[in-house]
Amino acid sequence: MNLLTISGSPHVHGKESVQKIMWGVVVAMIPLAVASVLFFGWNAVRVMIISVAACAILEWLIQKFIMKTPATVGDGSAVITGLLLAFNVPSNLDWWIIVIGAIIAIGVAKMSFGGLGKNPFNPALVGRVFLLISFPQQMTTWPKAKELIEQVPQAITAATSGATQAIEVVADATTGATPMGIIKGGLATGQDVSDVVAQLPDYVGSLIGQHGGSLGEISVIAILLGGIFMLFRKIITWHIPVSFLGSAFIFAGIMHLINPGLYIPPMYHLMFGGIMLGAVFMATDMATSPMSSWGQVVFGIGCGLLTMIIRLWGAYPEGVSFAILIMNAFVPLINRAFKPKRFGEKVK
Amino acid sequence: MALRTFKIGGVHPPECKIAEHAAIEELGIPKRAIFPLGQSLGAPSVPIVKKGDMVKVGQLIAKGEAFISSNIHSSVSGKVFAVDDYLDASGYRKPSIIIDVEGDEWEEGIDRSPNLKRDFSLSKEEILNKIKEAGIVGMGGAAFPTHVKLTVPAGKKAECLIINAVECEPYLTADHRLMLEKGEEMLVGVSIIMRALEVSRAIIGIENNKKDAIQHLSESAKKFQGIKIMALKVKYPQGAEKQLVKAAINREIPSGKLPLEVGAVVTNAGTSLAVYEAVQKNKPLIDRIVTLTGKSVAKPSNFLVRNGSPVFMLIEAAGGLPEDTGKIISGGPMMGKAVTSTDIPVTKGTSGILLMTQKESKRVPVQNCIRCAKCTTACPMGLEPYYLAILSTNENYESLEKEGVMDCIECGSCHFTCPSGRPLLDTIRVGKNQVGKIIRNRNVR
Amino acid sequence: MNDIMLYSLITLVALGCIAAILLYFIAQKFKVYEDPRIDDVVDLLPGANCGGCGFAGCRALAEAIVKDENLEGKSCPPGGNATMEQIAAVLGFAATITEPQIAVVRCNGSFENAPKKIDYDAVGSCYFAHTLFAGEGGCPNGCLGCGDCIKSCQFDAIFMSKETGLPVVKDNCVACSACVKACPRGIIELRNRGKKERRIFVSCVNTEKGAPAKKNCAVACIGCGKCVKSCSFEAITLNKNLAYIDYAKCKLCRKCATECPTGAIRELNFPPRKEPKETVAETAEA
Repeated sequence: MNLLTISGSPHVHGKESVQKIMWGVVVAMIPLAVASVLFFGWNAVRVMIISVAACAILEWLIQKFIMKTPATVGDGSAVITGLLLAFNVPSNLDWWIIVIGAIIAIGVAKMSFGGLGKNPFNPALVGRVFLLISFPQQMTTWPKAKELIEQVPQAITAATSGATQAIEVVADATTGATPMGIIKGGLATGQDVSDVVAQLPDYVGSLIGQHGGSLGEISVIAILLGGIFMLFRKIITWHIPVSFLGSAFIFAGIMHLINPGLYIPPMYHLMFGGIMLGAVFMATDMATSPMSSWGQVVFGIGCGLLTMIIRLWGAYPEGVSFAILIMNAFVPLINRAFKPKRFGEKVK
Repeated sequence: MALRTFKIGGVHPPECKIAEHAAIEELGIPKRAIFPLGQSLGAPSVPIVKKGDMVKVGQLIAKGEAFISSNIHSSVSGKVFAVDDYLDASGYRKPSIIIDVEGDEWEEGIDRSPNLKRDFSLSKEEILNKIKEAGIVGMGGAAFPTHVKLTVPAGKKAECLIINAVECEPYLTADHRLMLEKGEEMLVGVSIIMRALEVSRAIIGIENNKKDAIQHLSESAKKFQGIKIMALKVKYPQGAEKQLVKAAINREIPSGKLPLEVGAVVTNAGTSLAVYEAVQKNKPLIDRIVTLTGKSVAKPSNFLVRNGSPVFMLIEAAGGLPEDTGKIISGGPMMGKAVTSTDIPVTKGTSGILLMTQKESKRVPVQNCIRCAKCTTACPMGLEPYYLAILSTNENYESLEKEGVMDCIECGSCHFTCPSGRPLLDTIRVGKNQVGKIIRNRNVR
Repeated sequence: MNDIMLYSLITLVALGCIAAILLYFIAQKFKVYEDPRIDDVVDLLPGANCGGCGFAGCRALAEAIVKDENLEGKSCPPGGNATMEQIAAVLGFAATITEPQIAVVRCNGSFENAPKKIDYDAVGSCYFAHTLFAGEGGCPNGCLGCGDCIKSCQFDAIFMSKETGLPVVKDNCVACSACVKACPRGIIELRNRGKKERRIFVSCVNTEKGAPAKKNCAVACIGCGKCVKSCSFEAITLNKNLAYIDYAKCKLCRKCATECPTGAIRELNFPPRKEPKETVAETAEA
C-alpha cells in the first residue's frame, strides 16, 4: 500500500500557477506582435525571434552553468522579457545590439539577483535603457515611414476606413522620427504648438498604430486588447494602468491649460510614445510593482508624473522607461508605507 | 438583492460537496471506543473511571475541572479496558480512556424518543449548567467549550446570536444535512441559546450553495421568534468567526478580541443541535454527524457517529478504503488536519473525514515568489502573507508580531492561491507559534 | 581661469575646515567611554558570534568579562581553553579550564532501524513537522530529519547523512549549542569529548514504554534497566523509560553497551572489540 502523506493545511491548491500567468502574459502580447509585424514587416519578426531566443538561451545557460539550479525557462518569464525588449527597440536594429540588450536584461537585471521574482527592476527596461544610453544612434533611428507603408498589406489599408488619409499624413510628416520626437524637436526649435500638432498623425491613425516608433509602442488598440485580456485573466489589476495613464493625462492637461502655446493637448501624450506599452505591460510586471492596491496606485501616479516631467522638461523625448525604472526602485519603500487595510484595525 | 459577504480577501476553492444528497445514516456501535482526554480546547479533562469499571452510555467518564475544559461522557456501554496513551488526530499518542463495548445500555433519564420537544422553561443559569454538564463544545472544529463561550462576562452585553451554518469548507456536508433533517431541533436549540444569552435576535448564516437548507429553515423559522435565516454569498473562509460576524451584521471585531466585543456570539449549527439534545432530552454530547467523503470514495456519506468510534469504521461503512488513498484528513481540505492512521477515534470536533487520492495528496512544486500579490489579495485578515513568511524564515519575530501574525486565522487562503505553490501557511505557523510563545512569556513576566 | 581655481580651492578648503570643526564637536558631544580592554578581549575572541558562551555575541562576552573582572563561568566553546588562557594572560585574571565538548545526536532511527511509515510533504522545518505528527518513522521523540540543526550550524560541523537520514556531527564541532536549541525534540546534547574522542551514550530519547517504542524503532531504548545494573560507577540513571549515561561519571568501560538488548547504547571511536558482538553500533561517525 502507498504511504499516507502528512502535510499542513490547506490540502487543496488553486489552479493558478507561475507558468499559466507567464504564458498568459505572452498570449496578451500576441495582438501587439501581430500589429508590429503588420507595420514593420519581417524585420519585426527578426527582432522578436532574436530577442526571445537570446533571452531564453541565456537564462538556460546561466542556470545550468553558473547558478546550477534546475532550469525554469519553461515558465515563460524569459519569453516575456524577450518580447518586451523587442517591443522596445526599433525594427531595424542590428542583431548583435539586441543580443547585448538581452545579456543586460537577463544576465544583469534578472539572474544576478537570483532569477524569477527577485529582480528589483524590470529586466526588459534595464536592457532597453542600457541600449538607449550605449547606442543612442541606432536606438533612435526609427524605420522610415515609406518603408513602413510599403510593408503594410493592402488589405489592411483598405479595411481600415479613413486610415489611408492617416497614412499619407504619416508619410509626409515622419521622416524617421517618432511623434514624441516631433513634439520635442518641434517645441525645442521654437515652433508653435499648433504647427507641431499639425505634423502629428491623427487619432485614428495612432490608435491603429500607423506612425513611427519601436515595435510595440505604436498600436494602442493592440495594447488595449492585451490589457483587457490580462485584466480578464486577473493577471493584472486596473490600479497601475489607470493611475499611470490618469496621472499623466491630468498632469499634461494642467500644463496645457496653463500654457497652450507651449504644451500640446494631453491626449497626444497618451496616444504616442511608449506610455501605453509601459502602463499596460511593463509597470504591471508583478515582481517589480507594489503588493497592495494603494501602493499600486501610488506607484502608477509616480510613474505618470515622472514620465510627464521627463517628457516636458527632460533631455529625452520619451520618459516612460526611466520613470518606471525609478519607481521600481521605490517599490520596497512603497510596500512598507502602503499596507493593505487589516481586518479589525481601528478606523481612526 | 445582493447577498452579503465579508469584504477583505477570500478565495473560491472548488466546492466538491459530493455527499450533499446522502441522508444521515446511523453508524453502528464500535467494538472498542477511544476517548482522548484532550478533546476540547483548553486543559485536558480528568478521568474519573479506572481500568475494569463498567460504564453505561451517557455516563460521565472524565471531568473538565479547569475553567476552559469540558466533560466527557461515554458513548458506549461496557468495561474500561485501560486509561492509556492512544494515537489521536494530533499524530501523537495522547492519554485516552479506552472502553471495550458490551451491549448497549443507556444511562437513565436520557430521552431517546425522536419526538420534538419545543417547550422549555429553564432559567439562564440552569441552561448554562446543563450545557456544561453535557460537555458541549463547539462542533465546527476548534472545539471550544460552549458553556464558556455562552457565559457573558460582567460589563459585556450580547446583542445578537449568530449561528454558523456556513460550512464554507469544500467537501463537508454534515451541517447541511443536519439542517435539512434536524432543522427544527436545531432551531429549538438556537432559541435555548438565545435565552441563555438573553438576546432577542439570532441570525443563521448559510452560504447560498445550500438553497434547499435555506428554504427549509426559512419555512420552519416562521414558528420561532427572532430567528432570521440569512443567505450569504459563497466565499471561503466565511465560516471563520470574524468573517461571519462581518458578513452577517457588518461589524468588525477588533484585532485580538472576541466577537462579544461587538455584541455578537457565534456558535455552530451542530452545537445548537447538541444544546437542544442536552437541554430538552438530557442527552450529553456523545454522538455527532460526520461526513465521510472523497473523490474516490465508493459511497460518500453523512454518518451519525458515536464519539470514540475509530475512523476505519466509517470508512468501511462507506465502501472501504479506496486503493489510491494518499491522505486522510480530519476536517475539511482547507483547514483540516492530515492524520497518520485510520485507527484514530472520532472526537467532538471531528466534522468530517476526507480521503484524498494519491495524486491530490501531493503538493505542487515550490517555485520562486513572483510577488504577484495574490496572497495579499486573498488574505481575509488583510495581512501580507508573503512578508510574514519571509520574516518567519528569517526568525525576525519582533517584526512578525508588528505585522500582525497573531491575527492570522490559518485559513490557508494564501497557500491555496499562491501560483508558486509556496508553503506560506506552514511558514507563517512556525512564526506564529514562536511569537505566541514570546507573548506568553512576556505576559507571565 | 586662475580665478576659478583659486575660488574653488578656497571654498573647498573652507568647507573642509567647517566640516572638521563640526565633526569634532559632535564627536565630543556623543562620546561614549569604553574600557579599552574590551577591544583587546574582542581581538582575542574568534569573532564567530555563535552565542555558544551564552552571550549575544563575542563583544557581549568581552564586555561581561571586563565588567565582572573574572573569567568564572565564562567560556568560549569555539576558541576553547587556549583562547581563555590568552584572555586571562592579557587581563591578568585566573583562567578557568573547561572540558572540551562536542554535540552528539541521540537518535539512531535511520531508514533501516525505523522504517518510513508516513510521507511528509510540507515545509522543510523540524519545528513545523513536530507540530503536525510524530514523524515519518512513527517515533514521537525521534529525529524528524528536516535539518533544523544543520541550518542552525555556523561552523559547517553537522550534516545530514543520505544513507540514514540522520544528522552527523563532524569533528570540527565547537559545541556552541546552536543545534541543541534548534532541535524541537531535544535530541542533540553537548557531551564531553572524552579521552581520545571516545564517547558512549544512549542514542535514544524515546520516553514511551518498551512495546510501542520498539514497534517504531529497532534500536529504541525500552527502559529495561539492564545497563543501570551493569554499570559499576553509577553513571547510568533510568527516568521515564529512558536510560541516560552521565558523561561526568562514565569511565568508558563499555560494559553497558554489551548488555543493551536493543543496541540503543552507542559507542564512538573505540577500537573494535576482541570477540565480535552483534550489538556493537557502527562507528562510522567521524
